[in-house]
Amino acid sequence: MIIDSSLANASDALIVSATVVYTVAMLAFVADLVSTGRASRTITRQLVTAGASGPATTEAVAEPPGTEASVSSPASRIGRIAVTLFLLGTGLHLASVVARGAAVGRVPWSNAYEFATTGALAVSLLFAGLLLRREVRWLGAFVALPIVLTLGVATAVFYAEASDLAPALQSFWLVIHVSVAFIASALFTVGFSLSVLQLVQHRFERQGARPAPTVLRAVPSATVLEAMSFRLHAAGFVLWTFTLVAGAIWAEHAWGRYWGWDPKEVWSLVIWVVYAAYLHARSTAGWGGRGAAWVAVAAYGCLLFNFFGVNYLFVGNHSYAG
Amino acid sequence: MAVTTAPPPPQAPPASPRLPDLGPIGTLRWMWRRLTSMRTALILLLLLAIATIPGSLLPQRSVDLGAVAEFYQANPDLAPVLERLGLFAVYSSPWFGAVYLLLFVSLVGCIIPRTRAHVLDWFAAPPNAPTRLNRLPGYVTYRSALPPDEAAAQIAAAVRGRWSVGLHRVTSAPGTSAAETSTTRPPDQREPLVVAAQTGRLRETGNVIFHISMIGILLALAGSSLYSWRGEALVVEGAGFANTLPRYDSFTSGARYDTGDLPPFALTLDGLDVRFESDQIAAFGAPRDFAAAVRITDTPGAPPRSELIRVNQPASVDGARVYLSGNGYAPVVDVRNGNGELVFSGAVPFLPRDGTYTSTGVIKVPDLTGGGTEDLALEGFFLPTAVIDDQGPRSVFPDADNPRLLLTVATGDLGLESGGAGSVFSLQGADVTTVTADGGDAVSLLLAPGTSVDLPDDLGTVTFVELRRFAAFDVRADPSGPVALGAAVLVMVGLAMSLFIPERRAWIRITPTTGPEIGARSVVEVAGQSRPRDNGLGAALEHMAAVVRRSAPPVPPENDHRNHAEEDA
Ligand code: HEM
Repeated sequence: MIIDSSLANASDALIVSATVVYTVAMLAFVADLVSTGRASRTITRQLVTAGASGPATTEAVAEPPGTEASVSSPASRIGRIAVTLFLLGTGLHLASVVARGAAVGRVPWSNAYEFATTGALAVSLLFAGLLLRREVRWLGAFVALPIVLTLGVATAVFYAEASDLAPALQSFWLVIHVSVAFIASALFTVGFSLSVLQLVQHRFERQGARPAPTVLRAVPSATVLEAMSFRLHAAGFVLWTFTLVAGAIWAEHAWGRYWGWDPKEVWSLVIWVVYAAYLHARSTAGWGGRGAAWVAVAAYGCLLFNFFGVNYLFVGNHSYAG
Repeated sequence: MAVTTAPPPPQAPPASPRLPDLGPIGTLRWMWRRLTSMRTALILLLLLAIATIPGSLLPQRSVDLGAVAEFYQANPDLAPVLERLGLFAVYSSPWFGAVYLLLFVSLVGCIIPRTRAHVLDWFAAPPNAPTRLNRLPGYVTYRSALPPDEAAAQIAAAVRGRWSVGLHRVTSAPGTSAAETSTTRPPDQREPLVVAAQTGRLRETGNVIFHISMIGILLALAGSSLYSWRGEALVVEGAGFANTLPRYDSFTSGARYDTGDLPPFALTLDGLDVRFESDQIAAFGAPRDFAAAVRITDTPGAPPRSELIRVNQPASVDGARVYLSGNGYAPVVDVRNGNGELVFSGAVPFLPRDGTYTSTGVIKVPDLTGGGTEDLALEGFFLPTAVIDDQGPRSVFPDADNPRLLLTVATGDLGLESGGAGSVFSLQGADVTTVTADGGDAVSLLLAPGTSVDLPDDLGTVTFVELRRFAAFDVRADPSGPVALGAAVLVMVGLAMSLFIPERRAWIRITPTTGPEIGARSVVEVAGQSRPRDNGLGAALEHMAAVVRRSAPPVPPENDHRNHAEEDA
């Protein structure tokens, strides 16, 4: 396979511009949060307290309080700019990953740089989809931040020249396994952001707590965040289960055993078990939303370790992925 | 979804003792059991996650024997301690087994009551309404002109189909829920009636399927360690392999596998095609493609079939699979003794040690002179693309662009007669002395294909006849594979059902009006609940409220029309 270096160079340039655009989008999202928070101070407070103390309600999960207040205020202009920039960044990012794939004539995920950029793209695409279907601008800054950080680390630390694929990686099941892992990880990433926000909101909703800072006023109540984060985690968990199964099928094809306690396999299992614990914690008395959110945060820590740590620390069959 | 659950037969006794409607104390006990078991499950899951981690941080025998040996050398004091804790074989250690077993027991203990409860629930009427309907989502109330019995019958008939429906009469005596019996006459006209509706029982079905299938996976893994077998064998190009125990370089099998049952196949390696990266500097020398062309004879005497075995593409033989797990070089060497007699001729595999296939090996020639006194060993390196300069001899590329054998000579006792299990790749267990030149340095021989050199001390000559490759085949059989796959598919189906099907309940409570027209009209209340909170509940309840209103129309506005959503809880 001949590497197309002009495409590879274009991919590198695109990823840098995507990072810049995402960064500006993130700042615009923050500005939007601040101005929406200011404008909707009173409405927010009413809805937040109602949402926190009432029983399960049927209000639309993704509807942030204060949306109405921001419809025609100047806040919505900066909000629209933020959304547009984010979508633009996603487009550049997508183009970069596609160019990389075209340059090497294969799926772009054979080293840590490609893993990180493609993984971040999955998060962007997921959130872009959410932005187009739901009113979730308030979440933008908290999703753009991990994307920008990942792309920064990818280009600064993990960067690798475009090259061909090792024989063990040329398999249909690998493509299935890895692409589903990317989607699941994207769901877990957005779910993680929501869980962290939920824990922060819990702090400000406690009896006698200080009022939330302005940036958080446009963010929904902990109860709403919990419900939303559960949906993402649930979908992520099903896909992660599929990832494990597809990985086992791949391992059976490539190495003749479907499970071999290789470090990467072990960590995928640990992640799965901790997310299963999260699902159980939600219905365990005394754990409730807050305890479960902490378990979800721990599970995401395992996921990050699997993505970035395992390839560098351990040698196993999967080590060529690093 | 079509949850048209079969309602119990109308002649069911009004107070069936099998119904899980246990009353407040029974319900509490049921909840307590459930919550405690959830807590157990949670703790066990976290414990399993923690117990799994050390096996990825420390080298494991089952994954990499060499790494364990290296760890021993680097940490001579720590290693024996870790060894005693089973930390080099975590996944077969007793304490990991204990966590595994506990989870297994808890899972079984959890599933049995849940399955029983679910089966009973499947045939039972939806449960009665909570007392405070007005605190639930979608609460709506209005007055209907119909008397309660008629309103209840109409509503139940209209709602059935989309929901599974039960009818309850709320009396002061507990446990008299009349399932699905609009024919039962009320003992007291003033008691409210409740139409209870439910969808999404498949959610719990999915959950039960999921947990049962988890047991299937645990059993499959146990079966794998009992009944699977695996062996590794090297085969040189042009040579064959018969599937018998002695032919394997290493072989392991589960405790319950009888090695007499090995399938009697044979295989010949016709050629090995190997490709390395030679264009891209960044990945120079990286492996790109390995393909072994083989002929397989499934049973003795059967006609051979041709197969191509690649890294991701094993060949299947009678329940086993043959994988290409590695490759290397096997120089064909002739050795003649001092009398010119051919005492050795054959391909000798040299094992690659690094990415450029710098390989090591030893040519063992027993009984060099025929007197039974002295063996010869030629030990050293094979370099596929040799560079020999002042940095010493080494290989710079894995393909055979400039192949060289670099050997030292030793004589003595190879220890072959004593039947020791010495490796064919090293001189372990041999008692030999290296032949030195006058200056005291070991004599070393450098050979290119097609060349011969004389051995020192008139020991004879050695010829590097030609270069062949060898393939390392990994032959494995694991009968648990299909079981594990089937269980895994059920796990995913059950999981998706239990996470994505919303379980909804709705209640329509019909209370007779009080006052002058007692019992002639009704107060109708509608509310619902879902698990988990789902976005569709609001719409479903609105739809239900509309159906209810149509079946039991409100009192015309001029006659005291009340219809408003709840304002404060
Ligand atoms: C291999 C270990 C296990 C795994 C991977 C696992 C996984 C899961 C998952 C994914 C759910 C779905 C959560 C939801 O519906 O929101 C669940 C629910 C549940 N699990 Fe497990 N589980 C395991 C072991 C156990 C054990 C040992 C018990 C009982 C002692 C148990 C009891 C339950 C119960 C009661 C639920 C229903 C929770 C609810 O409906 O909210 N699980 N489990």
